[in-house]
Amino acid sequence: MAADPIISLRGVTKVYGSGPTAFQALKGIDLDIQQGDFVAVMGPSGSGKSTTMNILGCLDVPSDGEFLFKGRHVETLDRDQRALLRRRYLGFVFQGFNLLSRTTALENVELPLLYRGEDRKARHEAGMAALDKVGLKDWWDHTPAELSGGQQQRVAIARALVTQPAVLLADEPTGNLDSERSLEIMELLRGLNRDVGITVIMVTHEPDMAAYARTLVHFKDGHVERIEEGVSA
Amino acid sequence: MLGTTIILAFRAINRHKLRSFLTTLGIIIGVAAVVTMVTLGNGATAAVREQISSLGANVLQLRPGQGFGRGGGGPRPPAFKPADLTAIENQLTGVRAVAPLVQSSGTAIYEGSNWSTTVYGTTASYFEVQSWKSDTGRLFMPEEEEAGKPVCIIGNTVRTNLFQGSDPVGKRLRIKGVSCQVIGALATRGQGGFGDQDDVVVMPIKFVQRRFTGDRDISQIMIAVDDAYDTSTVQASLEELMRDRRKVKPGAEDNFNVFDTKQISDTLTGTTTILTQIVAAVAAISLLVGGIGIMNIMLVSVTERTREIGIRLAIGAVAREVLMQFLVEAIVLSCLGGLIGLLLALAASVAIAPLMQVPFIFDVRVNVIAFLFSAAIGVVFGYFPARRAAALNPIDALRHE
Repeated sequence: MAADPIISLRGVTKVYGSGPTAFQALKGIDLDIQQGDFVAVMGPSGSGKSTTMNILGCLDVPSDGEFLFKGRHVETLDRDQRALLRRRYLGFVFQGFNLLSRTTALENVELPLLYRGEDRKARHEAGMAALDKVGLKDWWDHTPAELSGGQQQRVAIARALVTQPAVLLADEPTGNLDSERSLEIMELLRGLNRDVGITVIMVTHEPDMAAYARTLVHFKDGHVERIEEGVSA
Repeated sequence: MLGTTIILAFRAINRHKLRSFLTTLGIIIGVAAVVTMVTLGNGATAAVREQISSLGANVLQLRPGQGFGRGGGGPRPPAFKPADLTAIENQLTGVRAVAPLVQSSGTAIYEGSNWSTTVYGTTASYFEVQSWKSDTGRLFMPEEEEAGKPVCIIGNTVRTNLFQGSDPVGKRLRIKGVSCQVIGALATRGQGGFGDQDDVVVMPIKFVQRRFTGDRDISQIMIAVDDAYDTSTVQASLEELMRDRRKVKPGAEDNFNVFDTKQISDTLTGTTTILTQIVAAVAAISLLVGGIGIMNIMLVSVTERTREIGIRLAIGAVAREVLMQFLVEAIVLSCLGGLIGLLLALAASVAIAPLMQVPFIFDVRVNVIAFLFSAAIGVVFGYFPARRAAALNPIDALRHE
């Protein structure tokens, strides 16, 4: 715990709406995440974990409090600045895969590089390398409709890591998969965390999946209820 | 950055080929309609101008009376005299050729055939004024004009009706009971603004005056204006000269009129141009409707692709990039529509022009303007949907089903 954390939340609150109908989703979160950690965020629905993930993913801003990402105050950044932060440092994996339909696996994986302005050759090489890492090199020209759920999620992971992000945010990545595929995905995420050193933050309901993480963060009623560190090796 | 957006636009269009085609259909039809109308209209204008110029370019026609449809009661205004002709030839500057004209009508007979036609009494200058060449034979000799000899030059309609295929030169035909020798036949002029110009028998004016009209009156004088002079200036001095010669009191109205073929030409071509513009404007409305069609589909597309937009924003696209993507998509669609429309218009114009008997004139300017206009439609009608896409909240967009 000597190094500065890559992510640091201080007294973060989030209120939706205003007046009597206002709903306080987060009631003051303090959370530090170290570089290279594998964090599982758990908690019942409505406990504030999705809101926290949106804030960590720089998709949303806190109503109050501080969010430091690599020492920068994200809560002061505007929409486009946060987009550039996402482009530079973050990778996303969603429960519903969220691949572009009628688009090949390779084109999906190349997409973030397009926004980085990389040329065609660099995109192609990096895209194929990322597909290789998730074991789908031979499926590069298949569209999502031609891939199984597990394969689609692996394409999504390839898309997330093609930019070599510092942090991978996964929102229930195994939620739509059977247990066998789920374990494959978890193995993949653990491998990336261990070998490449990507910080992984994952929301999950399932203790089996959470078991892959090193740190468990339990949410309840808009608070961090407890943090378990060093759960697995 | 722009290159990337264009790639993205083409990918998106390629993913939805049928929808893209239907989207651009409005633009295709609009551009095709406008360009076809303008092209055919320009052809019609050129055809009208061509017909008018067959009357003789820069020709002033001097007639007694106050022009068409006026006159009514009162004494008949006097006809012109040979001295008027001489005065015009000698006193007016900027005149290339002057020809007197008297008209009569009658039946021409050659062997078994007869043909009812118009007889013009004039001089050889008439052909110069009209820029009219003979097809075979010759024009009047000065001595034939001077003596009023019974010779005639026939128009092509008279030629085909009396002589069929045979050579008319040297043959004698009877017209209004007198015999005359055909010395020439004229080249075809076709239908002018005032009927068949080839249905004519031209004879020396003195002969026509002596045998047919019975006086020395000249019913019309035609003046060809030298190209170096302004027609309206020559017309003004002509009017001044004639007022003086015909003793028109100051303040009184002219008892003659000058008819400028160039003016008629301008008026008629002006009319066809206005008609073209009106038709083009109606067609342009379909272009506008096409633009609204693009906006419509783009709005649907933005809603349908909300999740895609969410993915792009999450991945790190800034709002401007999403805006550009949809804007460029709309522009690419409308430009493609414009191009296809231009090709259709080209095909349609080439096919229809001969049916309408107008020349096909490819006007680069019209095509370029129509294309730029279709591109502009893409910008205008693509901007609103694109802005809506760019303004989406990534969290909501990702959750969109």
